[in-house]
Amino acid sequence: MARNTHILKSSYFDSVVLMRVASQLKKQDDISEVAMFMGTEGNHDLLAQVGLTTVKSRAAGPQDLIVIVVADSEERAESTTQDALSMLTDRNAGQDNELDYRPRTLDAALGFLPDANLAALSIPGEFAAREASKCIDKGLNVFLFSDNVALADEISLKKKARRKNLLFMGPDCGTAYINGVGLGFANIIKSGRIGCIAASGTGLQAVVCELDRLGEGVSHAIGVGGRDLSSEVGGLMTTYSLELLEQDPATEVIILLSKPPSADVVKALEALCSEFSTPVVSCFQGAELPGNTFIQTATLDEAAATAVCRVNGREHVPVPFNLPDRISDLLEERGNKAAGKRVVGLFTGGTLAKEAQLLLSKELGPVAKSFEEHAGHIVVDLGDDQYTIGRPHPMISPEIRTEQLIELAETGDLADCGVVLVDLVLGKGSHLDPAQELVESIETLRKRRQLSAEIVAVVIGTPEDPQDIAAQISVLDAAGITVFRSNSEAARYVAMLAAPACRENYMKEAS
Amino acid sequence: MKPYQSLLQKPIRVINIGLESFSEDLRKAEIPVIQMDWRPPAGGDLRLVALLDSLAEEA
Repeated sequence: MARNTHILKSSYFDSVVLMRVASQLKKQDDISEVAMFMGTEGNHDLLAQVGLTTVKSRAAGPQDLIVIVVADSEERAESTTQDALSMLTDRNAGQDNELDYRPRTLDAALGFLPDANLAALSIPGEFAAREASKCIDKGLNVFLFSDNVALADEISLKKKARRKNLLFMGPDCGTAYINGVGLGFANIIKSGRIGCIAASGTGLQAVVCELDRLGEGVSHAIGVGGRDLSSEVGGLMTTYSLELLEQDPATEVIILLSKPPSADVVKALEALCSEFSTPVVSCFQGAELPGNTFIQTATLDEAAATAVCRVNGREHVPVPFNLPDRISDLLEERGNKAAGKRVVGLFTGGTLAKEAQLLLSKELGPVAKSFEEHAGHIVVDLGDDQYTIGRPHPMISPEIRTEQLIELAETGDLADCGVVLVDLVLGKGSHLDPAQELVESIETLRKRRQLSAEIVAVVIGTPEDPQDIAAQISVLDAAGITVFRSNSEAARYVAMLAAPACRENYMKEAS
Repeated sequence: MKPYQSLLQKPIRVINIGLESFSEDLRKAEIPVIQMDWRPPAGGDLRLVALLDSLAEEA
């Protein structure tokens, strides 16, 4: 193995760009590692943690780019380093040709767009609070995509935003829609009468895609950050967003999505919403509230379907499957092949993983949430911080799932697996062909590792998304992967494969 | 509940600080957007950043 370290002095590159280039170059067989980081303190720690620090890399400062390539030969390590540098400089050259002005300061940016009303921030978390604070001072609403923002900073930024009647979406806000315009990881959906407030990115994506599939659209969808409904943050942005949507003439029904909120926040939300003329459909993942202020739903799909019925003046009657005949046919075909075997869920969306865990554990008993737990069934959120250190999120780069599948196969952990459950989240910002990436890895495992488990995939997206959802589903179908558009239906189907005892109940409810 | 003038009542106009792809997506949707050339302040030295901020506050 040969290792090459190159330092590019005084050149700032965005971490997502660096990770994309690195992951593209790492796909070559004779390249075992490509690490590209700015020389910040945190990145030096990270390099040390993964054993890649070199004498040369230690000398790099926060404004310098470190490129480390580990390859089969010195020539390949050197040539791949040069490839990396060309890919980055090509990108920058392209930017220069665009002739658009890129101000260095917020004041200069406001000089060019004086009536700007929103700042979208996706910079490293350690600097995000400082920049967001400056944006609020200038009267800008904030969409904060960055994560790793301290809780104390979140609270003080949200308080400041509220004092100025500004929205502060985030931190770690993946998706939002304002007046029909998608921000971040957004699916292309219809505009309409349903307003959403979400403390979860992929949960929001699943709901807006289901609304779109049911023929309805979204007025606005406000992301509030995963901690907003904790007692520390106290629902500062959720309560403000609820008031805004209640006053919004385009919004006829509100959907509120979150992990179970803290008890004091629930009280505040109930007190507020009990005065509303707009109905609020809630989905609090596993929590059932005693009151009836909210129209409570158990799953993301049910929340969407309930809201659609509400705007059309109908009551919604939830069913476990919308097409029970398809499920009967599938079960008949599959028989009891997966009965009593392990279920392995590898998700890119955190809320989708959580929902699958809840539904599966109801029928199968304990479901582990991380590889370390090693017990029976497992559903892992591969977007969790522990799997994404120094790597792009698996929605951008699903190769991490391929690597996990191969590792599980190599350690024998797929030998007793009856079903593998995965998600593919489409939309702007996501990988452009996740189906192909998945199919290639499954076919390799079937050939080389005798993988015989049933593969079930839930696909979240719309026909207008850049990935072409129909084409993605055909690729999965052709590879013998069972596709669902609803996460809860996929999880229930998987439960029925592994635990045939629950089939009768579900099918009775569905018919 | 007091009535608010909010972002929801206006077409959005965006200053993008960070990922360029967000600017590109907004431009495609014909939303006015300015991409900032953001770089870590004080060469990325967080201690120096804190010191500069406290000096600015005193001033």
